[in-house]
Amino acid sequence: MNSSLLLSSASGDLGFMIKELVPMPFKFMGSTVWITTSHVCILIVLLILIGFAAACHHALTHPKEIPTGLQNVAELIVEMLSKMINGTMGKSGDRFLCYFGTVFCFILVSNISGLLGLRPPTADYGTTFAMAIITFVLIHFNTIKYHNAKELWIDKCSPLPPWCPIWLPINLISDIAVPISLSLRLFANVLSGTIVMALVYGLLSKVAIIWPAVLHVYFDLFSGAIQTYVFCMLSMTYVTQAIDGRD
Amino acid sequence: MNISGSDLILACSAIGAGIAVTSGIGTGIGQGNAAGHAAAAVGRNPGAQGNITTTMLLGQAVAETTGLYGLVVALLLMFVKPLVG
Repeated sequence: MNSSLLLSSASGDLGFMIKELVPMPFKFMGSTVWITTSHVCILIVLLILIGFAAACHHALTHPKEIPTGLQNVAELIVEMLSKMINGTMGKSGDRFLCYFGTVFCFILVSNISGLLGLRPPTADYGTTFAMAIITFVLIHFNTIKYHNAKELWIDKCSPLPPWCPIWLPINLISDIAVPISLSLRLFANVLSGTIVMALVYGLLSKVAIIWPAVLHVYFDLFSGAIQTYVFCMLSMTYVTQAIDGRD
Repeated sequence: MNISGSDLILACSAIGAGIAVTSGIGTGIGQGNAAGHAAAAVGRNPGAQGNITTTMLLGQAVAETTGLYGLVVALLLMFVKPLVG
C-alpha cells in the first residue's frame, strides 16, 4: 500500500510525494521509521525563523531612538500580530499572544517555503494534525479550567434541557471533528497548491519559463497567507469560546 | 481480455475519484455567492471595502473546505489505494 502522500512510510515516484531519505535504526509498530523531506524542510524553516529571531533580538537589544531597518520590521510584525490576536480574543489575548504568534509565523513561513523550492512542511498531514491536536488540548484545557461540571453538562446537552441528553453524542462528535477539520483544511489547501505546481513543472517543463511565477504568487503567497490567517483565526475563536462559554 | 478483481477495483476507484471532486460544485457556488454579496456590500458602502474584503476572504476560505475534502478523498482513492490489497 502506497501511503506516502499522507504519511511517511513508503516512497513514491511523483514530484509532490514525500520522499524518504534516511532510515532510522528502530521500528515503530512494525514499519520502518524514515527521516523524510518533511523533517528536512521543517528544519530549514526553523533555521530561517531562528535566524530571523536572533537578528531581531540583536536589533531590539540595541534600540535606536529613531527605529531603522530590522527594528522597524520586528516592531511592525509584533504590532500586527498583537492587534490581530487581541482583536479576536479580547481580554485573554495577552496570555495567548506568544503561542498564536509563533504558530502564525511557523505556518506562514512553511506555506511560502514552496518559493524556496522546498516541499512545504504543512503539506504533510503529520505537521498540521500535530498543530490541530495542540489547539484541541488548548480548547478542552480552558473549558475545564473555566467551567464546572454542571455548566459543562448543560453545554453538551445544549439545544435541549439538561435532563434529556439526546444531543450529547452529537455534541461530542462535533467536538472531535474540530481538530480534524482544522488540520484537513490547511493540509488540503497546501497540498493542492503543491500538486498543481508539481504538475506544471513536470508536464510542461519545456515551456515552464517565467509564467509559473504567477501561479506561485497565487498558490504559495496568497493561498498560504489566507490559510494561515484562517487556521489562527479559527483556533483563537474556539479557544475564546472555551474560555467565555458559548452563549 | 482478462480483468482481475484488483484491476476492476482500481478502475472503479478512478471513477470514484472523479465523482468525489464534483464536490467542487458546491464550493464554487458558495464562494461565488460570498463574492457577489461582497461586491453588493462594497457598492452600498465603499468606505468599508477593507473590512468587507477580509470577511469575504475568510468566509471563502472556510467554504473551500468541503471542496478540499472531496479532493482529499480523490487523492486517497488515486494514490493511497485503500481498497486494493
